[in-house]
Amino acid sequence: MTLGWIVLIAVGVLVLGVIGIYNSLVMLGKRCDNGWAQIDVQLKRRYDLIPNLIETVKGYLKHEREVLENVTKARTQAINATGVKDQAAAENMLTGTLRTLFAVAENYPDLKANTNMLALQEELVSTENKISFARQHFNDTVMQFNTKVATFPANMLAGMFGFKERDFFELLDEVQREAPKVQF
Amino acid sequence: MYDQIAANKRNSFILVFCVTAVLVALGYFLGEYYGFGYYGVGFAVAAAVISALFSYYGGAGMILGVSRAKQIEKKDHPQLFNVVEELSISAGVPMPKIYIIDDTAPNAFATGRDPEHAVVAITTGLLQKLNRDELQGVMAHELSHVQNRDILFSMMVGIMVGSIVMISDFFLRSMFWGGGRRRDNEKGGGGLLIILALALAILAPIFARILQLAISRQREYLADASAVSLTRYPEGLASALEKISGDREVLEVANRGTQHLYIVNPIKPFEERAKSLLSTHPPLAERVARIRAM
Repeated sequence: MTLGWIVLIAVGVLVLGVIGIYNSLVMLGKRCDNGWAQIDVQLKRRYDLIPNLIETVKGYLKHEREVLENVTKARTQAINATGVKDQAAAENMLTGTLRTLFAVAENYPDLKANTNMLALQEELVSTENKISFARQHFNDTVMQFNTKVATFPANMLAGMFGFKERDFFELLDEVQREAPKVQF
Repeated sequence: MYDQIAANKRNSFILVFCVTAVLVALGYFLGEYYGFGYYGVGFAVAAAVISALFSYYGGAGMILGVSRAKQIEKKDHPQLFNVVEELSISAGVPMPKIYIIDDTAPNAFATGRDPEHAVVAITTGLLQKLNRDELQGVMAHELSHVQNRDILFSMMVGIMVGSIVMISDFFLRSMFWGGGRRRDNEKGGGGLLIILALALAILAPIFARILQLAISRQREYLADASAVSLTRYPEGLASALEKISGDREVLEVANRGTQHLYIVNPIKPFEERAKSLLSTHPPLAERVARIRAM
């Protein structure tokens, strides 16, 4: 009788433990998904802002056609990218072309004084920040998830239930590692 | 971080418990002293429960009201909204409401019972003085308070400790003006009770103040550190703190019950209000040095 109880309690504790680990894995996974969705929201916002920006600067930057085209091209590429790695590469390129655009715009005093441009610039700076903060947050959650998946005892169950370590959102080159700063 | 959240919830509970105990003791002695016996305890318990519920649900509104803060929309200050939104993404908390205090003294605070009901408030003086990076640093500090649930505990401290101080002040004043001589002659040991009551009335505010002190300093260092981990740019917050510390303007709306909420102590050492040497904030130079060392 006593032995029966002990076995029963042991099994009960084990089942509760498994449920707890499974649930925490699911929860951490959901957090990662949510973090990724946040990045998407911000990226989408940047795509929406770029046509406005091009529209505003077009009149001033008649002789800088190539710069504008690069931004548009990078935007299209970023919109069509799939998968974490491709997306990261395309977004980094878009950030780079935008930076060039703002650097070029620096040479046009009329453009610098345009209120529309100033407001757009604030929105773009903010969106850049939001993107990088959303990435930072995403990477934090991925790290929590991966740590959980890789450490005992969750690692025993992770394989069984099909939880795999996830990719980080990595920045590809050294220059882009610093915070995007658009000066005007 | 999760430890900090748990600690803040636990501390809030302990605070409510201690305040209740102090109020009950006060009620008991007042009841004995004025001769209405255990009704004093009953009133004290009722007062403690009401004050706890009120602090929890109405505290933020009361603090904002006392500080004469007004809520603003995105169109009123797009940059401030953007900065706060960026940081709420970084901290993984919902976007807080934003309030403005129309005062030239540079300062800011956060309050609310949880991240879903959080509020950040900033003075117009601070908004004018800071550039974008510095504003980001200051707001990151405030968002850290939200993220760590410091806002819950400091709000409860502000309201509940404030009420103890108020009740004790009232009691002390009534003693000085000669109220409550009624039962002294009829009851043996009345003198002892008076001494106890008096001691309690004096001790209560001191106890309250020390509690407030003990919690604030570590909290500010921690919020500075979390702020840097949110922005990854220590210089923003460091230079903002330097700008704020160099300023000698006085924030009239701050008082003893709300001073611990602010990013830098709004009560300046040269002011009449700073009678006590106890301080709720660590020295600014020390904070800036620690931030720069990160």
